[in-house]
Amino acid sequence: MKLIKNIKKSVNNNPQIISKGKWVHLKFILGVDDKDFIFKINCGKIVSIEKRTVDTKTGLFKISASLISWKKHWLHIPPRDYHDLFAMLSKKIVKIDGNILPLMQNLQFFKDLIASNREKTS
Amino acid sequence: MSNIKFENISGKYFSLKVRKQTYRIYMEESGKGTPLLCLHTAGSDSRQFRHVLNDRQITKQFRVIAFDLPWHGKSNPPDDHKNIEYKLTTNDYIELVTSFCKSMNLKKPIIMGCSMGGRIVLHLALKFPDLFKAVIALEGADKLDPYYDLEWLNRPDVHGGEIQAAYVSSQIAPQSETKYRDEILWHYKQGGPGVFKGDLYFYWQDGNFEKKSHLINTKKCPVYLLSGEYDCSCTPEKTMETARRIKGSKYKIIPGVGHFPMSENPKLFFKYLKPILKEIIS
Repeated sequence: MKLIKNIKKSVNNNPQIISKGKWVHLKFILGVDDKDFIFKINCGKIVSIEKRTVDTKTGLFKISASLISWKKHWLHIPPRDYHDLFAMLSKKIVKIDGNILPLMQNLQFFKDLIASNREKTS
Repeated sequence: MSNIKFENISGKYFSLKVRKQTYRIYMEESGKGTPLLCLHTAGSDSRQFRHVLNDRQITKQFRVIAFDLPWHGKSNPPDDHKNIEYKLTTNDYIELVTSFCKSMNLKKPIIMGCSMGGRIVLHLALKFPDLFKAVIALEGADKLDPYYDLEWLNRPDVHGGEIQAAYVSSQIAPQSETKYRDEILWHYKQGGPGVFKGDLYFYWQDGNFEKKSHLINTKKCPVYLLSGEYDCSCTPEKTMETARRIKGSKYKIIPGVGHFPMSENPKLFFKYLKPILKEIIS
């Protein structure tokens, strides 16, 4: 999915996001509808984004929502409830699961990583 | 001659006795006239009200006062704080605010609080309607439900300041200027360990009073509610439900603003606040 693959470029070209995630070295899953994507992170940079093909390929935790919801999140000015990962969580638009300790330790990094796909202009 | 242009805010410290405890309290004030006491949000401090304190139109008619609650900002926790797990209760909070008003000899102040400050002003309207000229609840509701686990806020393997800021950044509108957003978050990054968590005990548990809020007499103490469209904590719906329960209360939802209207977008906030202040003193 091109939309998801774009995140690699937006993050790796953004020194502020990379700096926030400089202690992050792990794999996590971003769920979009019924598809899962494995993000491999090293020192805040995205090494790879791969479609999950078998259940044994996994990540430490998973953040998932519908494609429609992610698209709203990525609008230049998102509507309320879609404007932030935790705002989406408060309305149960997004689900998180797994070992979320590294997510909580680097929460702003992961929020910024996902939001980096946001449109730059309306 | 110095070219420094000082702000009109003056800050000072004093000792506040509440029950058996004495706290060193920091407060800021500006202006003359009807007292307007401002209460900060959970986990932050009175710096959130700097735009109100610096607005000449407001300070021409109002003596604006904002103080840091004990444990917050430049106010001290109690001397034996290292042996105490901080947990703000409704009664503690009411006593702190009423003791502050008594110490300052404030006569019928208007009291305006944001978030947990917006909750306590509703309690004060219920319990002490004669003490206050009116209450303004910013992002205030009589009941809220938690949407995350408070245990993440104070543990050795998660940076308290960073997670607090990351949590509350979800409550700021995307339209708010970056400099204001970052200032709000900076205050959260500076909070003492466990303080935000202790405040949220009041905000999400002890302070809920949706079964009693209908008893507020708005003829004695007028109630105004202002909430931001993008607040995912005290949502517009929660504010509207509260307003429905408090007969005679007035509410407005501010578009394009989140949980911190006075610090997120002061210019827009004033468009909503100033008519309320005018109505109260007219």
